[in-house]
Amino acid sequence: MSARPLRVVGRPVPRVDGLEKVTGRARYVTDLVLPGMAHAKVLRSPYAHARVRRVDVARAGARPGVFAALSSADLTWCEPYFGPAFRDRPVLAIDVARHEGEPVAAVAAVDEATAEEALELIAVDYEPLPWAITLEEALGPGAPLVHTGEPLSGHFADLATLRPQPGTNVCHRFHFERGDAVTALAGADLVVEDTYRFPPVQHYALEPHAVLAAWDETGALTLWASTQNPYSVRVELAKMFGVPLARIRVIVPHLGGGFGSKTYAKLEPLAAALARAAGRPVRLAASVPEAFQTVRRCAARVTTRVGFRRDGTLVAVECAADYDVGAYADIGPRVVQKATYTATGPYRVPHVRLDARAVYTNTTPGGAFRGFGVPQLAWALESLFDVAAGRLDRDPVDLRRQNFLAHGEEFAPGDTPIDGKLEESLGRAAEAIGWTRAGAADRGRGVAAMLKASLAPSVSEAIVRLHTDGSVSVLASAVEMGQGTRTVLAQIAAEVLSLPLARVTVVQPDTAVTPYDQTTSSSRSTAMTGRAVQLAAEDVRDQLLRVVAEALGVAARDLALEDGAVVAPARRLTYTEVLVLRFGMSGGELIGRGVIAPGRTAAPLGGSTPFWEMAVGAAEVSVDEETGAVRIERYVSVADVGRAINPLLLEGQDEGGVVQGLGHTLLEEMLYQDGHLLNGTLLVYRVPRADDAPPELECHFVENADGSGPFGAKGAGEGSLIPVSPAVANALARLTGVRLRDLPLTPERVWRALRARGR
Amino acid sequence: MQINVAVNDRAHVLEVAPHALLLDVLRDVLDLKGAKRSCDTQVCGACTVLVDGLAVSACTYLAVEADGRSVLTVEGLADGESLDPLQRAFLDAGAVQCGFCTSGMLLTARALLRENPAPTREDVLHYLRGSLCRCTGYRKIVEAVLAAAETAR
Repeated sequence: MSARPLRVVGRPVPRVDGLEKVTGRARYVTDLVLPGMAHAKVLRSPYAHARVRRVDVARAGARPGVFAALSSADLTWCEPYFGPAFRDRPVLAIDVARHEGEPVAAVAAVDEATAEEALELIAVDYEPLPWAITLEEALGPGAPLVHTGEPLSGHFADLATLRPQPGTNVCHRFHFERGDAVTALAGADLVVEDTYRFPPVQHYALEPHAVLAAWDETGALTLWASTQNPYSVRVELAKMFGVPLARIRVIVPHLGGGFGSKTYAKLEPLAAALARAAGRPVRLAASVPEAFQTVRRCAARVTTRVGFRRDGTLVAVECAADYDVGAYADIGPRVVQKATYTATGPYRVPHVRLDARAVYTNTTPGGAFRGFGVPQLAWALESLFDVAAGRLDRDPVDLRRQNFLAHGEEFAPGDTPIDGKLEESLGRAAEAIGWTRAGAADRGRGVAAMLKASLAPSVSEAIVRLHTDGSVSVLASAVEMGQGTRTVLAQIAAEVLSLPLARVTVVQPDTAVTPYDQTTSSSRSTAMTGRAVQLAAEDVRDQLLRVVAEALGVAARDLALEDGAVVAPARRLTYTEVLVLRFGMSGGELIGRGVIAPGRTAAPLGGSTPFWEMAVGAAEVSVDEETGAVRIERYVSVADVGRAINPLLLEGQDEGGVVQGLGHTLLEEMLYQDGHLLNGTLLVYRVPRADDAPPELECHFVENADGSGPFGAKGAGEGSLIPVSPAVANALARLTGVRLRDLPLTPERVWRALRARGR
Repeated sequence: MQINVAVNDRAHVLEVAPHALLLDVLRDVLDLKGAKRSCDTQVCGACTVLVDGLAVSACTYLAVEADGRSVLTVEGLADGESLDPLQRAFLDAGAVQCGFCTSGMLLTARALLRENPAPTREDVLHYLRGSLCRCTGYRKIVEAVLAAAETAR
């Protein structure tokens, strides 16, 4: 068949779940009600680190209206530990509570108020222990150990290579070397070096984690969970509760945001345990303060050295990064390893030496958060790039352009060659921000670039069903959390099967119904799940063509799909007519299957990234010298996406990414004092508001159809966030001469730096 | 306590506890799940509904305060199948992502347009300070509110 112009893919169609969302009909976990459902509340440790000598839940359990009151002593019937990297996280604290807010006991009762009152009847005997809150405290000599024993390996085979260092708080070390960075740096004409800090920040998905769990009369478990990866949750629960995968059903309604906070099991094990003990369905809905105690972004301290030749050629990068992964590893070790692997950014660097450590501290566990460890490293590298440009008397845009990896160039032996054109992104960003035009005297401009790998290897499967009326069901387990995956998957199926979008329905993820998908994260759904949907739809298309070819005695290559019909040289058969031909009656359906499973490769991390996510950001800022307040007046993001399946949704994703990046750049930081989180509520933790967003914000896309995803698409959605901090700091430095190394760039920090410059 | 309250133009006589919050009464008693609970502290705006046309945070508003008043929730915004201009504009502008803030945003914007049918961009930004969104970056929401104001005029 000859290529025909795209009809649905590439169009800015409104999202398919929009109507239910603007009318209030969209259902999220906490909107669901089951008959007899109980409500859960969790008693959490008030200490950063404490021995839990005794937990007595007897009085709580005896209170009228309480169905179950649990401490870890009541969980002897299941495997009480979970975690994707290490099984180091107990459902309820066992002997030790390792961070403030760690669940110690839990109650399920007839309503939330009764459950809350019952918590007050639980007696816990704590013995406070010395704590380690910061990286310095956790890595110093004689540091209190967050974990003393060797952690159990996690449930995921691809994480079997993690290396904890017994007797320290280091739960994983990653080392990567290429060439001879030490010698190259010694011989470099210019070496710039500094230490950059990135704060712990909170995802603040508006919907906090929520689970509704129910065991049925046959011993099967069903959960409605706010999770980005129902299949990972299913594996954890199956192993913990000794139940076959086939008897655990994880259903995912709409998610009220994710951003990484809802990857891997969080509250699901506790909800399932409570439901089992209560003998009835249990809803466990976290509050926002509890979300602050559940997961956050890994803070980091990154020391990077970059060596250049006099002519601006990058010769070497050395990077030592310590990430604070909090009290439990969650997916932190993979965050550290995967990000550090790309610490050299989108540049050609012959000599590389990278060292990273994942460090336990007595704080909220650190996990996945949009960017997956890369923002922390890009903050250092992209800041240093501008420092180097200043020292070399070079334009920061030119210096980057000179060192960019080219399309098709190798990033690392065995990994996917670079599949985008960074110079095009940079050129467009520079043009849009007016880089070469003289700007106002009170404005500064800065740029930054990024490169990020996606999860590899990973698996996505999809099923497409064509029904007798010519409508289509797409079964896939990519989770709709706002990013628009349901719309994009529908567009892909509609395109392949030549149907209007309204004829395609994407089924909500349900492990009993929709096929395996590894995770909705790493910007992978459009590229991986979308490709599986494309293959499944093509499978259906091929079946349609085969039926007609056989019936009419023509060659399949002489047939085409057009507006819901198979078109032969002299005939036109609607899909309904084709299905009648196939089944001899009005019944039956065509089922197509698509599988994406690239498998392991010789790439350094064991799998070749399915695509490289690449983007450039350009900021124009002003600063109030009296207060130190920085304002992003204009921001341009350019992402190399291969093809924008839905430009409207993609633009929304990237605009949101920029403003989320603005959060950790200017406003956000989880602050600890005396072992306590000071600002774990929205009253005192400031996320960007409407009037914080840049007055002018443009998101552009480079589309060369050079991605491995459907119709040449690559993943997107994280790229716009990552350059924000360095682009803003670079702009501030060009405006004021002040270079800041600690995020966020609060008015106080900026004001102090401005004052120091003045003296 | 007994209250008389009109919700989305339907009269209700409800027995509520003195401490019952309007958000819980709407969600659990009347099964109107469109208003969402997020911050629980009057910061995020996800629970915003209109009481006699004014935007309130239902998470911190006692149900008894609504006695004798008229409440509008997102479920009452559309006139049958015909969407409110704000709903239409939010769809067209791509101002909806995860949807968790959407009902609060819509009702806050509705209160704004009632007060000021021709808001400037600055007016919109000011009015939306009490409504958080973590997905969109706000630009499309602001565009949608301005577009709806334009349509309504």
